[in-house]
Amino acid sequence: MLENIRLSLQGLWSHKMRSFLTMLGIIIGIAAIIAIVSTIKGTNEQIKENLIGAGDNTVNIQFYQGDYPYEIDYNGIPDGVPVISEETRQQLLDLKHVEGASLYTSREAYNVVYYKNTGLSGGRIYGVDRNYLDTCNYIIKKGRGFTESDYKKFRKVALLDESSAETLFQGEEPIGKTLEIQREPFIVIGVIAKSSQFEPVINTIEEYYDYSQNNNGALYVPDTTWPILYSYDEPQSAVLKLDSVDNMTVAGRSAAEILNSKINVQDDTMKYKADDLLKKAEDIQKLGQSTNMMLIWIAGISLLVGGIGVMNIMLVSVTERTQEIGLKKAIGARKGKVLGQFLTEAAVLTSLGGLVGVIVGIVLAEVISRVTGTLMAISVPAAVLAVVFSMFIGILFGLLPSYKAANLNPIEALRHE
Amino acid sequence: MILDLQNIYKDYQQDKLVVPVLKDVSFQVEEGEYVAIMGPSGSGKTTLMNIIGCLDRPTSGNYLLAGEDVLKCRDKEMSDLRLRSIGFVFQSFHLLARQTALDNVALPLSYAGVKKKERKERAAQALERVGLGDRMTFKPTQLSGGQKQRVAIARAMVNNPKILLADEPTGALDSKSGEQIMDLFRQLNDEGVTVVMITHDRNIASRAKRVIHIIDGMITEEGKSQANSMAVEEEEPQANGMAVEEEELQANSMAVGEVGKEAENG
Repeated sequence: MLENIRLSLQGLWSHKMRSFLTMLGIIIGIAAIIAIVSTIKGTNEQIKENLIGAGDNTVNIQFYQGDYPYEIDYNGIPDGVPVISEETRQQLLDLKHVEGASLYTSREAYNVVYYKNTGLSGGRIYGVDRNYLDTCNYIIKKGRGFTESDYKKFRKVALLDESSAETLFQGEEPIGKTLEIQREPFIVIGVIAKSSQFEPVINTIEEYYDYSQNNNGALYVPDTTWPILYSYDEPQSAVLKLDSVDNMTVAGRSAAEILNSKINVQDDTMKYKADDLLKKAEDIQKLGQSTNMMLIWIAGISLLVGGIGVMNIMLVSVTERTQEIGLKKAIGARKGKVLGQFLTEAAVLTSLGGLVGVIVGIVLAEVISRVTGTLMAISVPAAVLAVVFSMFIGILFGLLPSYKAANLNPIEALRHE
Repeated sequence: MILDLQNIYKDYQQDKLVVPVLKDVSFQVEEGEYVAIMGPSGSGKTTLMNIIGCLDRPTSGNYLLAGEDVLKCRDKEMSDLRLRSIGFVFQSFHLLARQTALDNVALPLSYAGVKKKERKERAAQALERVGLGDRMTFKPTQLSGGQKQRVAIARAMVNNPKILLADEPTGALDSKSGEQIMDLFRQLNDEGVTVVMITHDRNIASRAKRVIHIIDGMITEEGKSQANSMAVEEEEPQANGMAVEEEELQANSMAVGEVGKEAENG
């Protein structure tokens, strides 16, 4: 076998130009597929990252009315939605894959937060429990976080994220300054940020809407002080930290079920729902995938054409080497040997083409990613599959010429000019 | 007995016409013999060679090669018979142009499943045997015609076949190289190799120890014994005998021509 491969390579080398041109069809087909797959994979990973945040495996469970989060500003406190107890939080924590669970209330912060004359026009205000910062992977950038006594003594203290700190203080040192929230003075004690920084790449207006909610700044107060600003017994949201992105959907759903079992509402569209970011990401990916599948089919046609080219050249090669085949058969090569030799040659030719195609495809994907600014990710299984597939093409399209060679009559073959 | 052919017939189908090529050919070759099968072109000698060489099957008859019934063999077994029992030497050498002399000679060994290292050794020995020990890494294009034929003979010998089957081995060579090749055959035969040679050239045939004449698909005459053929050079009557033979030969080949014409007219 190795001997056959060596001989095939020798043969291909002796017809460099012809071998290259024959391989070209395969090279183009494989390169196209690899480039498409790398770009798809890059885009998919980008979508996932954008929606979920790299390395931030948190899932929010919010109270919904119909398809939208419950609007407490307009609808007031709903009946039959009890405050989520610590016991229930423990239940959430006991779910599989859940590493942290936290409860919070939140409202839009439109025109309710001021520092001197500067207002926060947008963003959200959160009343968070003691576990929130840990669960959501926040780190203290400046100042300090909430302490137990902040909660116990109902201290009117607030944390800002970097975006709201920038909007409100515009470079001024925020720590120790007094803010006005719902006309109540709150002292800024710290600035927090996500431990893994991540900037979503926004390409379309839809993506802008998807990400904008995270971007307008947020303000956090201890949940014990929430009634000072708003009211008691507001419906809470929960946030879970999970061991991996892939478990978000399942854990989120189970958590929502637990929470829903505690409520008793008239309107049955009102219930807890987990943000299924993973599904959202998959939906966006699927949208792109149908187009990409078409591209792959087109590239597949190029492979078919390449395969036919290989068959053609192999037939020529068999004709050219009729005497050689005749001789080999005359001196005792079995049919299988001749068949094997030509099949190996075809497979080596296309595998080589596949290999070159993978390299060209990766370079192509890299170039596309540089030019368009989108991500690309090399898929190793796809690359391996591409080479194996091109080998398979070689064997498939080499079958006819090899069969022809193996069944040549040695007497006539030897006499062939 | 190495070769035992009994009542071999071979017909070819040409359109709707059945053309008989070999008619009731029977002969035997013992181990260590040096036999020339001689006949004009169209006499069926190439067909006979193909049958002896297990490349073709007769229409009817019996053929034992070293006791093995060739006609009962299937395709695969025929291949193996060629591999193990027959060493072919062709008029146009049929060397692989891109391979070295050594690789060319080693080719049959690779089909016989011999390990690579042993292949090289045995191929080298075979090349030494034909006097090309210093040309092992040469490619066919770098060799003269005579040298190419030596490589081909080395290739035929490398697997220790039962017979060496040569088809016009000097046909593509000048007379001097041809002489040397004939000397080589003689030498190999002296070393115990059974040689069967197909030729239309009487001078070449006369170098064999026994000549089988084939004309018009039939064996017309078995050649002289070893002793007589050794005396060829000295005895005049023998030369006359040859002349007679030649006349016969021409007459026969004319007959063949006429048959051909008739066939065309029919």
